[in-house]
Amino acid sequence: MAFLEVQNFRKRFGDNEVLKGISFSLEKGEVLAIIGSSGGGKTTLLRCLNFLETPDEGTLSVGGEVLFDAAEKRAYTDAQIREKRLHFGLVFQQFNLFPQYTVYKNIALAQTLLAKRALRQKKEDLRAVCRIADKAERRRLKAESKDILTMLREEREQRIAARTEELLARVGLSEKRDAYPFELSGGQQQRVAIARALALEPDILCFDEPTSALDPELTGEVLKVIKGLKSSDSTMVVVTHEMGFARSVADRVLFIADGVIEEEGTPEEVFDDPKSEKTRAFLRKSLEDVFA
Amino acid sequence: MQEFLEISLDLLRGFGVTCQIFAATLLFALPLGLVLAFGSMSRFKPLKYVVKVFVWIIRGTPLMLQILVIYYGPALLFGWGFLERVVAVIVAFVINYACYFSEIYRGGIESISKGQYEAGQVLGMTRAQIFFRVVLLQVIKRIVPPMSNEIITLVKDTSLARIIVVEEILKIAYDYTITGLIWPLFYTAVYYLVFVGVLTLLFGFLEKKLNYFRV
Repeated sequence: MAFLEVQNFRKRFGDNEVLKGISFSLEKGEVLAIIGSSGGGKTTLLRCLNFLETPDEGTLSVGGEVLFDAAEKRAYTDAQIREKRLHFGLVFQQFNLFPQYTVYKNIALAQTLLAKRALRQKKEDLRAVCRIADKAERRRLKAESKDILTMLREEREQRIAARTEELLARVGLSEKRDAYPFELSGGQQQRVAIARALALEPDILCFDEPTSALDPELTGEVLKVIKGLKSSDSTMVVVTHEMGFARSVADRVLFIADGVIEEEGTPEEVFDDPKSEKTRAFLRKSLEDVFA
Repeated sequence: MQEFLEISLDLLRGFGVTCQIFAATLLFALPLGLVLAFGSMSRFKPLKYVVKVFVWIIRGTPLMLQILVIYYGPALLFGWGFLERVVAVIVAFVINYACYFSEIYRGGIESISKGQYEAGQVLGMTRAQIFFRVVLLQVIKRIVPPMSNEIITLVKDTSLARIIVVEEILKIAYDYTITGLIWPLFYTAVYYLVFVGVLTLLFGFLEKKLNYFRV
């Protein structure tokens, strides 16, 4: 079984069936590029992977664990969905950075919140232990658990700081750590968003047209960062209009049109020798756009 | 001169009542408004419509009428006792202003892009975390200007309290006119102007404080 398995995703909004049975798989460390014209269902597919939309049909599994199965027909609790979401990271077309936080805080926030929750859990566990102990023992245990919690808190804080600094360096923005999003260029904002998405170490990082909202001269720096991630064995799904980028970075390419996978294969297969007429027309069109 | 001082102090006593109504209204109406805002945005339809109708009624009728209803209503309809006058005024003001605030909150909350919520969601945040850590400060930044408008209106609306004979500043000044003394009535404007001036400075300061980021 492949690392990421998507089986027969279907999704309709009212009368409009956006995904009409999408199935694909991806191995760990591979990069999948999804191409296709607007309105074809690419973004909806990514949103389904990130639990921002719920498919009407289909199953999703990561690393052999079934995360979603529409046939189960039971609603997941918010907490369950949060848990499942953490397998995925998502970089948005519009960056969606938190404007009131610095670059550093944008990247560190989710880690801090998760650490806090974990610490609270630990605290409750320790308290439960104290409760069942006898009186003499309790005092000692209480003091001890206080020490444990302080230690854990400090250790976690250090780990978050180290991780955040490392991510900042990785996207080349260490010197912007204290800047606010509005002080950055679009390309820089998107690089922060990438670092933020990486912060929780998702199994699969998704990009939803990461350069579409950028001025052409800024797309390069973002694509370079994404390319740089490839070397470090992360699995990625990239929805993109940048054919050159898809070709050079992707291990596999999906061409989606009207909610179905029209063509699938290695970049060479899809770009040099497309089987379907629709793919050929699409590629011709995007070439024209480049040279127009 | 003696008379001027005496009247100034007398008006100041009334101004104290004015401030009391003002402060109590803010204290209760600000949080209650948020509750109503969430009600009017609820996905639970009956709740949403109940709140919307309530807000419509309160915003659609004069505050003066509402004060009268709160004060006389319980006694006339159910034969209960009367509330203390100033308490009745505060209850009416809290309900009235909570409705106006709720609409300001709602506008602020709905103006935040969906992307902010989604960014929080994909980072594993809970609903509460998204609201308090991500959305709230952006909402506050957006609603400071309309809020300051509404709060400044509140300062002057307190003068409606005299309809049920609450001794706020304008009531006291008006009583002087009965004795033939007109100037205290116009003199009250100084008190209002100073109060609103201070509020204006405060809101300006707050706006400046929130200027470190842009939404």
